[in-house]
Amino acid sequence: MKKTLLSLFVLTSAILLSFTLPHKGYHVGDKATDFSLKNIDGKMVSLADYKDAKGYIVIFTCNHCPWAVMYEDRIVELHKKYAAQGYPVIAINPNNPAVQPEDSFLKMQERAKEKGFPFAYVMDEKQTVFPEYGATKTPHVYLLDKDRVVQYIGAIDDSPKDASAVENPYVEQAIKALQNGKKPDPKSTKAIGCSIKV
Amino acid sequence: MAISFRIFTILLFSQTWAYSQAWKATDVTVYDTFEDIEKNFALSDDSIHVINFWATWCKPCVAELPFFEEAVDLTSKRAVKFTYISLDFAKHIETRVIPLLNNMKISANVVLLADGKYNNWIDKVDPSWSGAIPATVIIQGNKKIFFEGSFHSNEEIIELIKKIKTQS
Repeated sequence: MKKTLLSLFVLTSAILLSFTLPHKGYHVGDKATDFSLKNIDGKMVSLADYKDAKGYIVIFTCNHCPWAVMYEDRIVELHKKYAAQGYPVIAINPNNPAVQPEDSFLKMQERAKEKGFPFAYVMDEKQTVFPEYGATKTPHVYLLDKDRVVQYIGAIDDSPKDASAVENPYVEQAIKALQNGKKPDPKSTKAIGCSIKV
Repeated sequence: MAISFRIFTILLFSQTWAYSQAWKATDVTVYDTFEDIEKNFALSDDSIHVINFWATWCKPCVAELPFFEEAVDLTSKRAVKFTYISLDFAKHIETRVIPLLNNMKISANVVLLADGKYNNWIDKVDPSWSGAIPATVIIQGNKKIFFEGSFHSNEEIIELIKKIKTQS
């Protein structure tokens, strides 16, 4: 009898647990934890390093993905425009280079040099940061405010394939909302891109 | 808004024709906006409509196309209608899309949706869709099954077709 009760208890707890487990990844309003990841210059980068930041444009992106490539120039522009206003881009490559050799640390360095990336381009070597954020695509944006609270999640803008056809630059709109003390609207969109390679 | 691309004559005189019966006229219609095809997601006829989103650059999508073709052969043409919606660039229609369809001898209806404003329409297909492909919608009247991911056999597709028939 004792055994049955115990197994019943174990079973119920297992069921309860499966219902109460938190949803993977951040939602808007969650506080993001800081990380320490290796930048292409070999130095470790954390959000805390950006002393004067009013927010952070965290973008999971990579070398190989055609969607990420289509967005490279737009990510550079975002950083150029908003880093000076306190919103730097921190680009994180979440991919496993064993699965996608184009996304190796060496290739990241090469690509950053070719394109003259003005922002930190770090590698999620242990692949622990992207699951914590809940990123599934490259590129996938998490806009954090000064307190590292997630304020916007999703796509950079509404036209991945054609920069000239953008009508809604989601990330810019979200930053402007924060600058005006407002909540971004939309606060989330669907990131269009390649699946993260694990 | 629809532009049709047809290729028959080129192949007639090419070497392929001499030893292969594989060629066929492929007709792919390009739609610029989702609105142009939206009505196909709400048809009130009795048929079951299987709509698959794919692209030539998407490996798992191309890998599952043969299973869809087998499902086409195993079901009644009148009762089940298959459409493959390519999300390729419109400019790749003749260099990538049509050659692939011809190589794979695709018989189902293929259209190309060039609407790059994904966030305006992916929720209209299904709110649970992340936007990743392959993705498949099966519709009969007001019944709908949405599936994001790959099929690994024609049976898996036919299973869903059977499932929608029995849904109330």
